[in-house]
Amino acid sequence: MATQASAAMNFESGRSPSVAIKAVDPTDFYDAKGEHHPEGSTMLGFWLYLMSDCLIFAALFATYAVVGRNYAAGPSPKDLFDLPLVALNTSMLLFSSITYGFAMLEMEKGDLSRVQIWLAVTGLFGLAFVGLELYEFHHLIHEGATPQRSAFLSAFFTLVGTHGLHVSLGIVWLVTLMAQVHKRGLVPENKRRLLCLSMFWHFLDVIWIGVFTFVYLMGVLQ
Amino acid sequence: MFSNPDLQKLLFGRLTLDAVPLHEPILLITFVMVGIGGVAVLGALTYFRLWGILWRDWFTSVDHKKIGIMYIVLALVMLLRGFADALMMRAQQAMAFGPNEGYLPPHHYDQIFTAHGVIMIFFVAMPLVTGLMNFVVPLQIGARDVAFPFLNNFSFWMTVAGAVTVMASLFVGEFARTGWLAYPPLSGPAMSPGVGVDYYIWALQIAGIGTLLSGINLIATIVKMRAPGMTMMKMPVFTWTSLCTNILIVAAFPILTAVLALLSLDRYVGTHFFSNDLGGNPMMYVNLVWIWGHPEVYILILPAFGVFSEIVSTFSSKRLFGYASMVYATVVITILSYLVWLHHFFTMGSGASVNSFFGITTMIISIPTGAKIFNWLFTMYKGRIRFEVPMLWTIGFMVTFVIGGMTGVLLAVPPADFVLHNSLFLIAHFHNVIIGGVLFGMLAGITYWFPKAFGFKLDPFWGKMSFWFWLTGFWVAFMPLYVLGLMGVTRRVQHFDDPSLQIWFVIAAFGALLILCGIASFIITLVVSVIRRDQLRDTTGDPWGGRTLEWATSSPPPDYNFAFTPVIHDHDAWWDMKKRGYARPLQGFKPIHMPKNTAAGLILGVLSIIFAFAMIWYIWWLAAFSFAAIAVVAIGHTFNYNRDFYIPADEVVRTEAQRTALLAEHV
Repeated sequence: MATQASAAMNFESGRSPSVAIKAVDPTDFYDAKGEHHPEGSTMLGFWLYLMSDCLIFAALFATYAVVGRNYAAGPSPKDLFDLPLVALNTSMLLFSSITYGFAMLEMEKGDLSRVQIWLAVTGLFGLAFVGLELYEFHHLIHEGATPQRSAFLSAFFTLVGTHGLHVSLGIVWLVTLMAQVHKRGLVPENKRRLLCLSMFWHFLDVIWIGVFTFVYLMGVLQ
Repeated sequence: MFSNPDLQKLLFGRLTLDAVPLHEPILLITFVMVGIGGVAVLGALTYFRLWGILWRDWFTSVDHKKIGIMYIVLALVMLLRGFADALMMRAQQAMAFGPNEGYLPPHHYDQIFTAHGVIMIFFVAMPLVTGLMNFVVPLQIGARDVAFPFLNNFSFWMTVAGAVTVMASLFVGEFARTGWLAYPPLSGPAMSPGVGVDYYIWALQIAGIGTLLSGINLIATIVKMRAPGMTMMKMPVFTWTSLCTNILIVAAFPILTAVLALLSLDRYVGTHFFSNDLGGNPMMYVNLVWIWGHPEVYILILPAFGVFSEIVSTFSSKRLFGYASMVYATVVITILSYLVWLHHFFTMGSGASVNSFFGITTMIISIPTGAKIFNWLFTMYKGRIRFEVPMLWTIGFMVTFVIGGMTGVLLAVPPADFVLHNSLFLIAHFHNVIIGGVLFGMLAGITYWFPKAFGFKLDPFWGKMSFWFWLTGFWVAFMPLYVLGLMGVTRRVQHFDDPSLQIWFVIAAFGALLILCGIASFIITLVVSVIRRDQLRDTTGDPWGGRTLEWATSSPPPDYNFAFTPVIHDHDAWWDMKKRGYARPLQGFKPIHMPKNTAAGLILGVLSIIFAFAMIWYIWWLAAFSFAAIAVVAIGHTFNYNRDFYIPADEVVRTEAQRTALLAEHV
């Protein structure tokens, strides 16, 4: 029966019989030398996480697109947005991405103290971004343009605020990593972590470009 | 309790002693039963000194096999709760006619149908699916663990934390009265001011984090950690369906996270996303929630399809018919599952064009699904079929699922849907595919892989009892609902006036009792099998004449799964090895690199429960405190760089020598 089944199997798989008859070496079926090491999955895993985060933003963008003009007789983007302030804010985030890039270049060279300096500069730019955003929110709320005022403002505060929350989280992560780099130096684990934060940071930059264009620029254009 | 109401509010938020429903006799009895059961379990664990084993070998374990088993245990426990809800609903609807109000007031009945849906989908079906994938996939691809073992443990504990949160609502406060998807404005702050919807939101958000992370984990595992030689088109079909399911998880769950976050903002902050005034749009919620919700049903069914594919070819002793078409059908279903969400609300009134588009895409899904059914049938054709319990579940599935699929196509016709929307016909349809598809699949999978996990088979007699009770019980319980649906009876109704409907509900209730026998038989199967484990022992590691790699190792597998990484030449890798004279390696073992156990996942899970509870009851200080604790533990965990170790070569030699002896004994 066994031969029958095996013949049937070979027929079904379309494998040429010569392969099946081939003398079997045990190492055909296992890695006897232990040479097989799965490559690191962290970068792929982190990419997947970023894409899932991107979908959260996609949902928030879509929500903004649906209710973003429901002003409920309240203020509209034109009444509220202060483009020069937002432009300054944007430049803070863009600069922070560049300085993070410098940190990564120094990491490649293995210069620990310069990595730390550039990371600190990145963190300061990030703080400036979050600070300006909080100032903007405070100003809007002070004027009565609160998240409770209209669906437009609910969607605006949620989309922009979620991004700001991500940047704040990124700053906490950055400080943590600086402590870890300080403690252990540029060991492979830390390099991998710096690379993940790098992807996270640039990802937030890309999202912000979407926010700036879709919410602020197009809002004022209306 | 406190003379100063402000102080009480500061300390306990809106939590008062009245929140404990001591005045409801049903809940009081449940309370006492759970109390006695809990004390008995804790006492037994202490008496038999099992705490240490439980902690070291299970709770803190990062072994994918143990985590998989724990997921399934969680699911089976929650199945009992969800099914108790089902029995209560069936009993209420069978008696509440005319002057008889039944025994459940609307307030309670509404919580029960909501809890039933939420528990069955999120805390029964999902953990079953995730657990099975966790256990099987690394073994099938010849890996030693998943890509991120700690994350896997953390995901599990987040799922447990979600389940605990739902269960807590039974004893402190109440659960949502909104139906399992909590549509606003009913779930908004004006219509549902109580804690029910907040329990719902936080339970799903916490469990959702676990689900998303385990999705990422399994994709990375399947993409990066396959044994050498296993190209994509040599992956076992279950691994393929798992890959597609996890892609769907990563692509769908963030939408649920986002939409629930928006609903919580409406409830906590007073925003206007889904309100009726100030520009809100409740239908946006319905759209977003189904953009997650429709892929979700394919997240559940695809792994079941994978299980059936493995079982059909194993028990027909044949290669799977049409492997490539099976893979393509799975991928097509994955993509199409994103293009059909609007069929859940044709009655929203999007117009003929939009409804036609979504009606047609929905009908198209039946094509790849039909192709799968034919592939399974052709696999059985001229096969040497062994009617063991897993195969019975598979055949029961094929008959039942085809009917459920066809009623689905009926519902996909928009004009028909206008008549059947929200009727019991719909309820019958989705129970037909979820019980007949997902549940049968998972029970088949549990029966099939049980010997791999524990080293002995499940008792076939009680397994067959369970199958036949489930199958007949399903048909008796749900066919009447099709009839009632066609007669115009809508879902979620607590009391009826028309006495002519009653007989159908009585029949359905009888069906539910048959299913109860099915569940009881399944529990008896487990007990009897443990008692008879020596007769049911699997010494070979390959009790069914399996075809894929998990059967190449011992039952249960050693911690490291495979002493040497296998090399693959065919998608039925183990069959290929058996036929071409594979000899098990007996020497040359090397130390094996493995991840270390950690308690961080469990601690984060417990803190998440506290955080959720504080948020639900507005105990802000506790929420802030537990959130800070979560941050400290999570960041603290990243300072631990010492996460792996080597199993020494002589330990591998010892383990493998034991297996050699066992195999020799039983030749």
